[in-house]
Order: sequence, then C-alpha cells, then structure tokens
Amino acid sequence: MKLIALDSSGLVASVAILEDDILRAEYTVDYKKTHSQTLLPMLDEISGMISLERSEIDAVAVAAGPGSFTGLRIGSATAKGLGLALGKPIIEVPTLAGLAYNLFGADGLICPIMDARREQVYNGLYRFEGSQLITLQDQRALAVAELAEELNAMQEDRVILLGDGVAVYRELLDRLLTVPHLYAPANCSRQRAASVGAYARTLYEQGKAVPAERHAPIYLRLSQAERERAAKGGAHEQ
Amino acid sequence: MNGHTDILAIETSCDETAVAVVRDGREVLSNIIYTQIKLHTVYGGVVPEIASRKHIEKINYVVQKALDEAGSSLDEIDAVAVTYGPGLVGALLVGVAEAKAIAWAAQKPLIGVNHIEGHICANYIEHPSLKPPYLGLVVSGGHTHLIIVKDYAEFEILGRTVDDAAGEAFDKVARAIGLGYPGGPKIDAAAKEGDPGAIAFPKAKVNGSAYDFSFSGLKSAVLNYLNHARMVGEKPRMEDVAASFQKAVVDVLCEHTVLAAKERQISEIALAGGVSANSALREGMRRAAGEAGCRLFVPSPVYCTDNAAMIGVAAYYEYQKGVRSGWDLNAVPGLRLGER
Repeated sequence: MKLIALDSSGLVASVAILEDDILRAEYTVDYKKTHSQTLLPMLDEISGMISLERSEIDAVAVAAGPGSFTGLRIGSATAKGLGLALGKPIIEVPTLAGLAYNLFGADGLICPIMDARREQVYNGLYRFEGSQLITLQDQRALAVAELAEELNAMQEDRVILLGDGVAVYRELLDRLLTVPHLYAPANCSRQRAASVGAYARTLYEQGKAVPAERHAPIYLRLSQAERERAAKGGAHEQ
Repeated sequence: MNGHTDILAIETSCDETAVAVVRDGREVLSNIIYTQIKLHTVYGGVVPEIASRKHIEKINYVVQKALDEAGSSLDEIDAVAVTYGPGLVGALLVGVAEAKAIAWAAQKPLIGVNHIEGHICANYIEHPSLKPPYLGLVVSGGHTHLIIVKDYAEFEILGRTVDDAAGEAFDKVARAIGLGYPGGPKIDAAAKEGDPGAIAFPKAKVNGSAYDFSFSGLKSAVLNYLNHARMVGEKPRMEDVAASFQKAVVDVLCEHTVLAAKERQISEIALAGGVSANSALREGMRRAAGEAGCRLFVPSPVYCTDNAAMIGVAAYYEYQKGVRSGWDLNAVPGLRLGER
C-alpha cells in the first residue's frame, strides 16, 4: 500500500511517502516559515524525486492533534483536499502516538510532551509490547508538575521524554522527576511524518481509516471564546 | 476541458464556507454556501477560532456538493481558485490548504484570488454588458473601497475607510440599540419602520481626501445620542435611530461615489459587498446615479454577501492574464486590492 503522511501539528513540518515497509521519501523542516508555505512544496518535491503516480496513493495519514490549532488545520485541510481529489480515506493518527512511534521497540515508558502554552503540555503515555504500541494514558493537556508527579508515582525503571515540550521544560523536569529518565536525541525527538505513516499503516490494517469529508482535528481544547462563555454561564448559575 | 474554462472556486475568508463552479467567468454552474451565522450570533460577532473549526468540518462536503450540482468532476475542471486574503487568517488558511491540495492532487493550476476583487467581479455574473472601465464601490463588514476598475483585474483605489468599515458600523450600532448580530439586515429591517429624518447624525468627511470614508465618528455620535437620551430619561424610538443612522451612512457612500463619477467622467457604477444588499443603499444609489446620469449595476443579494462564485469569476480573468499561484501560496490577512 502507498501512503502520504503529513505532520504540521507543532514547530515541525514533515511529509513522507511510504510504500508497505519502505519509506520512499521524507522531508522534515523545523524552521520559522509557516506550514502553509512549506508543507505542499515539500510534498511536491519528494513526489517528484520518486516519480510518484498520484493515483496509486491508497490513503493519506495525518497527525490529527493535539497541537497548534492553525498548524493542525493546515495539515488536516491538506489531507482532506488530497483525500477528496484522490478519492481516498484519511488515517487519523493521534499526534502523541505518532511521536511515540519515533521510539519503536524502546524499552521503557515513552513520554512525549508538546508545549501547549498556558503552562501546560500535551502528553500521552505509551509502551511497546513486542511490536505493538500500547497506550497507557490517552493524550491530554496537563501541567508539567502534575505530569512529573504521575511519572514519579509510576516508579518505572526508565522514562524516555521527547517532543518540543522538552526544550521548554527540561530544567523543570530534571528538578521534579525522581525516576530515571532520558531525553530522545535529535533524530527522533520531534514529529516525523515517517513515524505518522508507519503507525498509520497499523491503524489502517485495523480498519481505522475514515472518509476524508469526516475528518477534523482533535484539539483537546475549546476555543477561548467558548471557554470564556462557559465560565460566564457557570458564574450566572451560582 | 470541454471547450469552456471551468473553475472550481473556494472562499473561506470569514464565516461562510463557500464553493462554486464558474464557467468562462460569467456562468455560475453551482454556488454552495454553508453559513455559520447562527454559531456566532451568541457571541455578538464572528469568533475566528470557531469559524476556522467549522470551515474544516464542512469544507469537503461543500466542495463535493458544488461539483455535483455543477454536474462536473475534477477531471473537467480547468483550474482551482481560492481566496487568500484579505480576511481572518485561520479561516483563510483552511481554504488555501484545501485548494492547494486539490489542485496538486488533480494536477490543475492554482489561482489565488483577492476577496475584494471577488466582490467587484460578482457584478459580471448577472450583468453581461458590464465591462471595464467603471466605478466600483465595495462595502462590506471588513471593507469600504471606492475604486476605478480600469480593466479586468486592474484597479485604481480612489478612497477607502480610514477607520471602521461600513458594515462594521452597522454591527456596532445594531449591538448598541439591542438589535444583535448580524447588524446589517437587522438595521435594514428596523429602519423600514423608522423616520430617517428624525435625528441628524453627522456625515463624517476626511480632511484632504474627498473620496475616503470615516464611520467611527458616526458610530460614536449614535452611542452619545443614546447615552444622552438615557441620562435625561428619554426613550428614543430605536427604529428612528436605525433609520437615521442608516441614512447618514448611505448619504456619504452615495455622495462620494457620484462625486467620483463626475470628476473622473465615468458613467457606469457597480456596487458590491455585503452592505450592498442593504435596501436603503440600493435605493439611494439608484436615485443618486440616476440624477447624475450614470448607469448602476448591483448584484442580487446572494452575490453581495460572501460567496465563491465571485471568486471563480475573478479567477477567470486572472487565469486569462496567465496568473498562476505556487504551492507555497499563503494566506495574507491584510492583502490589499491590486497587490499580489
């Protein structure tokens, strides 16, 4: 099967083309240009490199969230446009599970963190059992201190941290964590579309693709206006 | 692909998810609009993040419906067009990313279109005789532009608002007199029951520029009038306030337009944008243009408010000129008319 995979959920813009067990091409950029300017030119470039026949694509995988709201929508709208034009489904990969897949087969608790602003991180907790990615804790937004407390209580032999949240919270984590922990190196520390695509393939085999028109990002948070309105409504009820 | 040039056009600059198929720049084969107005009403205006979220949920359904209703498929489309500015950046980005991906996957040319240019071009849909040069007045929630359309896709800006757009003033005044959102149609309806001569609101002039507009002073004058009435215990008829405010806006728009027509010796005037659906503006401009010996063109209300058919029309003329956008096309929230 042939897959296009996209991740523009965070600082990284990444695209990949996979064919069965082979990564045909991948292009990953972590730079200040907006994803709107980079994502499709990158896809166009790698497609040209491998003379991709667009009609041969079977599905489009996308890091579906959480992440930057705008970044997620650029990835999702790109995936939806591709899905519509090619008549193919979308495989929604939870962003944090996609990140965890960077560390396939690792021994230990995998703890990806993405900077979620407002002093929180997006995080999920994962472990590999054989070749299977097990989700111990679904992705959510929480305070770093809260996460550290959770990790300490789990008493794991080792915790592997990765994601763009590391750059922001590494000092704090070193101070708070009492369990052995290490940080992933540059080759696997941030979003990679190849990981999104590889994990997507396992989801696809489980029948988890959705029609392109039904896909929407997983934000994990309401918009600010909705939060404020809910807060006001709560105040009225008291 | 069939002897015609068929363009698939996408518009998501504000709170309408809109897609159309337009043939040869003049014939609308389909024009689908999913409006989010109800979602934003409780907030008293468009919430950008909510608008963006709704666009991404709806976009493929609207694209598919536009193709189906046109009896078309992507194979038969010659180019994909999309509004890339001005507008809300998050909302624009949904349409831009979607259009780029469709064009790339279907191997079609991509054309980025200016939203204001789209509004002007809405006039070509129903007025086959309208051809440049002519005078254009674009009035909407975000824009107030008085321009000369020198040629297809070529503009000279004579005047613009220095503060609030005309539609913005309608929204703010509607909120102040308790009519709610969206202000344009609500003030239009209330004004029909009111006396436009009841209150003399000021018609703001911009120093040194006969063609520019200013509406924030007028808005303040309405608010001051309401405050004063409250302090002295009077209850003004809101219908009169609406009618008098509306008259002040319409008078200024008509005066500047007719002045430009006389000074630049142009005999055809085209109205465009959401506010041109306002019945008092349509009537007032018809009268003013008639008195000045000018011919007036106004789109049907459905082509005044945001739609993608107008984007498909504008794209056709850009396409004819050889304009093509790259895969790096980005949303430009502050895009100006005539810029690329």
